[in-house]
Amino acid sequence: MSLRTPKQAGEWINRNKKISFSFEGEAFSAFEGDTISSALWAAEQKVLGRSFKYHRPRGVLSLANHDVNVMLTDGMDTNMRGDVVEIKDGMSLYEVNTSGGVKKDKNSYIDSISPLLPVGFYYKAFHTPRRLFPFWEGVIRRAAGLGIVNFNYPRILKRKQHSHCDLLVVGAGPTGLSAAYVAAKAGLEVTLIDENRHAGGSLGYNRAGDEAAVAQLDDLLSKVASQPNITVRTGAYAAGYYPDHLIPIVEAGGITKVRAKTVIVASGAFEQPPVFRYNDLPGVMLGSAAQRLIYRYGVRPFSNGIVVTANDYGYRVAIDLLEAGTKVAAVVDLRPGANGGAQAAELTHRGIKIYAGHCVYEALASSGKSGVRGAVICAYDDKENVALTDNKFTLECDGIAMSAGWAPAGALLYQAGTGMQFDYGVEQFVPNRLPEGLFAAGKVNGIFDLDQRMRDGARAANDALSYLGLQAPHNSIEQHVGNSPSHAYPMVPHPKGKNFVDFDEDIQIKDFVNAAKEGFDNIELMKRFTTVGMGPSQGKHSNMNAIRILAKIRGLPVEKIGTTTSRPFFHPTPIGHLGGRGFHSHRLTSLHDWHQANGAVFTDVGAWKRAAYYPTTGQTKEDAIQREALAVRKTAGIIDSSSFGKIEVHGADAALFLERFFTGSFADQSVGSCRYAMLLDESGVVVDDGIASRLAEDLFYISMGTSNAAAVYREMQRAQQEWQLTIGLVNVTGAYGAINLAGPSAREILSSLTDVDLAYEAFPNSSVREGIVAGVQARIIRVTFVSDMAYELHVPMAQVPHVWNALMSTGKKHGLRPFGTDTQRLLRLEMGNHMPGIDTDGLTNPFEICAEWAIKMSKPYFIGQRSLTILEKRPLRKQLVSFVLATNFNGEMPMDCNLVIDGGEIIGRVTSIGYSKFIDRCIGFAYVTPSKKEVGSEFQIRTDGGSLVTATVVKAPFLKNQKGA
Amino acid sequence: MKLLTCPMNGTRPLSEFIFGGELREAPDQKTCTDAEWAAYVHNRHGAPGDKKEWWYHSPSGTWFIAERNTLTDKVTRTYLFGQKNLGEENVVEEESK
Repeated sequence: MSLRTPKQAGEWINRNKKISFSFEGEAFSAFEGDTISSALWAAEQKVLGRSFKYHRPRGVLSLANHDVNVMLTDGMDTNMRGDVVEIKDGMSLYEVNTSGGVKKDKNSYIDSISPLLPVGFYYKAFHTPRRLFPFWEGVIRRAAGLGIVNFNYPRILKRKQHSHCDLLVVGAGPTGLSAAYVAAKAGLEVTLIDENRHAGGSLGYNRAGDEAAVAQLDDLLSKVASQPNITVRTGAYAAGYYPDHLIPIVEAGGITKVRAKTVIVASGAFEQPPVFRYNDLPGVMLGSAAQRLIYRYGVRPFSNGIVVTANDYGYRVAIDLLEAGTKVAAVVDLRPGANGGAQAAELTHRGIKIYAGHCVYEALASSGKSGVRGAVICAYDDKENVALTDNKFTLECDGIAMSAGWAPAGALLYQAGTGMQFDYGVEQFVPNRLPEGLFAAGKVNGIFDLDQRMRDGARAANDALSYLGLQAPHNSIEQHVGNSPSHAYPMVPHPKGKNFVDFDEDIQIKDFVNAAKEGFDNIELMKRFTTVGMGPSQGKHSNMNAIRILAKIRGLPVEKIGTTTSRPFFHPTPIGHLGGRGFHSHRLTSLHDWHQANGAVFTDVGAWKRAAYYPTTGQTKEDAIQREALAVRKTAGIIDSSSFGKIEVHGADAALFLERFFTGSFADQSVGSCRYAMLLDESGVVVDDGIASRLAEDLFYISMGTSNAAAVYREMQRAQQEWQLTIGLVNVTGAYGAINLAGPSAREILSSLTDVDLAYEAFPNSSVREGIVAGVQARIIRVTFVSDMAYELHVPMAQVPHVWNALMSTGKKHGLRPFGTDTQRLLRLEMGNHMPGIDTDGLTNPFEICAEWAIKMSKPYFIGQRSLTILEKRPLRKQLVSFVLATNFNGEMPMDCNLVIDGGEIIGRVTSIGYSKFIDRCIGFAYVTPSKKEVGSEFQIRTDGGSLVTATVVKAPFLKNQKGA
Repeated sequence: MKLLTCPMNGTRPLSEFIFGGELREAPDQKTCTDAEWAAYVHNRHGAPGDKKEWWYHSPSGTWFIAERNTLTDKVTRTYLFGQKNLGEENVVEEESK
């Protein structure tokens, strides 16, 4: 048996190409172009899925991805939408939400115990006894839920593209096609997208038996094809709206971020199911789904059906069913009186019985709820929205087509901030306040008549042209006249329930009533309590009915209930479409390969990869660090400091700029000397520090820590924008590399590579010289950050490896070895040097770190000066002190950030701590209350393990000045 | 993603920009009271409305001022600091996009 019809004009299948596939282990055949659902339906396989919660059999509802009755796995992908995914030869498909197959799902018993599982039951049940909760959680998780994630999924890169256009038209139905054509004729570059495999929208299937629609669509399509400046993309959905008309378009192969100058949303409307008992049986489907089956895939929805309608659309569906060779047992119209226009007359003429003012009270299930065997019909009170069951009767049928109304596909409009109002003429939310450059047309705009829709598309195109400053006529479209395309309340209460509103989540009318009784009577709360609209179809077929039900419960008009917030994405979008290529930008110094070859362990410092330490085989991190540190203390060490921030300040006002920007004094700084430069913010908090080397009267070279350099440079630029001094700023961070050569042998090593006079008197600490090192022009700075005997060599980044290698080979006989940033942390701690961001935080002022010496308050201005005048009047709340632990301390080592405790009170915290092998003591910095700041004071540190370790305040630096400096 | 118009480089995506806080006039630090200075440093107007803001175009290193309504997120114009009243040649009136 097959439900396949003779060939339909405009059908999407290729009857010359047969393909075979399997479903739940059973072999099926299909035509090329079939979707999974249409192929199975043609073979009279009607149980296509199981519902999420009650595991009820489900079939076709919308055939448009507006519901998720049919979700499958092919073993690789999961949650494939059977209604829209094209069948491919050889596919082996299984339903995702069953236990033991879709036909004999072992979980179908849940349907019979559904009274025990009211909405929100899992919020309340299974919490006691507590120890059983994990068990129940497991049961619920297995019973509910969709497909199973395939953890062996291969990494498939989906392309990410950008594109630009003058006009993006979303929806290629008659409205969108008309809009695109008019705009393209006027010269715009138009992108026209549609989520369906082919353009045409409802014009492809809403025919009421009239083949003229086919010609009309062909005409529109050929017009669009005649315009080379229209790009049509089908199988592509607009996933969301982002500011300034950025719209990601999702296709099977990837995502395209389209930046449009203007956008027309012609996305149409979702058909909404009327709600009656057993409206979810396989065989009960939306009228438009029946039409899609017929005209897209040449499949009869059923053999002998009933049409239940609450608008005139159902009459059109009834004629399409007849044309497809389906018997129509009756048309049941919720509305009283004569409706349905010309189609009603034709149906009567063809002998179809129309029951006006009647409803389907319930659909009757065939065995196992696997299909429909009949429908109970009775009168319907259209005012009170109740069934009048006195004279109910049963009609035999094997399917029911339903038409009750529409909900606008307004996701993009909502996301863009469109103001919507409820139009009672069409019983629908329509846009009344659109953001600039965004236009709505067609059904989403409340326009339903076909000719009107096409004119509305043209109208929107002209509005878009005017918006872009082009000449275009201004048309207005008359409002909808006649019967509303949507019914105000197409719900049929039933004492036994199972009248479904949300098919994704198995939500019935009574669930809303219960939620409201529990107090969740606001639409957003009701959504979350009932989970209506929270399934994979995101309320496409359920939100409007939910709003209507809540409005009725609360006795309010629909517009007072409002809608839930629409957020991207329009359809669930595969993570692979969103995931990037793991791109994590970082900067490497020119010595990176050398570090790698020499076994460095790397660490991230700001945007840079830096060598942390160089362990030899089998060496622990601690051993490696101590060994590197000892080399610096006893012979010499060398570190790649190329990541340091380096900024040149040029110009006549260079010193003035530094005076205003930093706390210290620079105007009197002599050429060739270096000074400490501390930066505060306006509230007086320490932001960063660095070394300012004066290379000339009008040139300062500032080097500073790695991680904050970009932000400091940015603030320099802002300050200059405000101050307008005669200076130029150059960020030479990437242009210069730096090598720090430190230790007692440093001078000797360097002296063999340079003519610069390195004698102490000629080149003391805190001074800078320019000269040639290993044949390379260098700036040599004597900084005492890690050692009193150190030379920081700044050379062009590309020359760094050459200089480094020269130093390494010269230094070999001196025991020179490289050290990394972790070792540097220990070395500077031994030297008693604070590091902003490690020993300071976002509230630290300079007084707390004893940095008064770096501040020149008598200057006319510097950033933070005014705040310091306030802070210096106040008593200190904390102070950074240097401390040591007991000699031969061998308890649990305290860590950075451990708390300082005194008499049970927290009085501060450790900022840096480490064991110095050279001094053979544990040393560190900590914040303490000022009462504990004096040398010799004792306080306690609470370790991670909870023990208290006694520390003694000492005078920094921990090292005596090294000889030879 | 939002677009922002740098007065030197034209309209660019927001990812190229860094927000620099509200442009606020500092009181004269020589004459203001401690309380006035503290209010300037620590207090911010959270109420939405038309604000002047610092923005930084990162690739080119350009700081500029954007006048933006923080309720509607609409930028009405952008210009270099100090140039708004010096002449209009560097003021970019945001076209309605």
